[in-house]
Amino acid sequence: MRAAVVTFPGSNCDYDLYKAIELVGGDPHFVWHRERGLGGYDAVLLPGGFSYGDYLRAGAIARMSPIMEDVVAFANAGGPILGICNGFQILCEAGLLPGALVRNASLRFESRDVLLRVERADTVFTTDYDQGQILRVPIAHGEGNYEADRETLEVLDGEDRVVFRYVDADGEATEDANPNGSWHNIAGIVSASGNVLGMMPHPERAMEAVLGSTDGVGVFTSLASTFVTAGAR
Amino acid sequence: MSQFRLEIRIKPRQGLLNPEGKAIHSALRSLGWGHVEDVRVGKTIYMELEADSADGAVESAESMCRKLLANPVTEDFEVAVVGELESAGA
Repeated sequence: MRAAVVTFPGSNCDYDLYKAIELVGGDPHFVWHRERGLGGYDAVLLPGGFSYGDYLRAGAIARMSPIMEDVVAFANAGGPILGICNGFQILCEAGLLPGALVRNASLRFESRDVLLRVERADTVFTTDYDQGQILRVPIAHGEGNYEADRETLEVLDGEDRVVFRYVDADGEATEDANPNGSWHNIAGIVSASGNVLGMMPHPERAMEAVLGSTDGVGVFTSLASTFVTAGAR
Repeated sequence: MSQFRLEIRIKPRQGLLNPEGKAIHSALRSLGWGHVEDVRVGKTIYMELEADSADGAVESAESMCRKLLANPVTEDFEVAVVGELESAGA
């Protein structure tokens, strides 16, 4: 899997993502936000961080970067795109995913491990998980509170487009298990066509036992296995 | 062409939770202002720009809001002309 890790001024999880792709046998490349063209890549990943210092709104200015036109074209052509944390915020600002991520209900920057329930094990990013599997993955964000108009939220539920939800140890999506106030404990959603995933938690920080969890590995092995079986696009 | 001074008010959409406003609200109540019913926090952008007319200035600021300054999912906006400066050539 030849993967592009798109970096913006203020990205800070770009090396973690690069390393995660390497760990599953992929071939990562950094692509600077001012570059153009994503031809020859199998997957595109938008890392976490604070692009443009989160000025105006998180992701709002990064979304205007030259490379984003290619990211949109890549998405429209059906290519898999994964946005993590700030990457999720950028995907929403770019209109590739619906809704917006607003200030955490706690008003605090939440940096800790959370538990996620896998709601969809049939996306290109989650085939190596079981439906309902519970994952321990870290979060680190101040604006991860997923918001959208009622109609959009009903569509997300109706079309089963919520891929990860925050849950407690019993696997229940309770209010206490929700770190940021997200509607219905949403932690990650996928586009209608299924090829664009945005998530606030950081699977790339849960790749090795020494980091405290290996539960994030499945996201990257799922993605990589698509290209082993299907061959390079 | 004249130079106009604008205030662009970005307001959190009615009905959406505004955590910042909620925190300020409870702080105000705990300081004794129990009659405060609701607080919401938005932002104001102060801008100077050149345009043919006040209407033209507002129109271009509104298009900036739609494209970048406001998020249509969570925010509404309002543009007000608050001053007109001497044109450069006058």
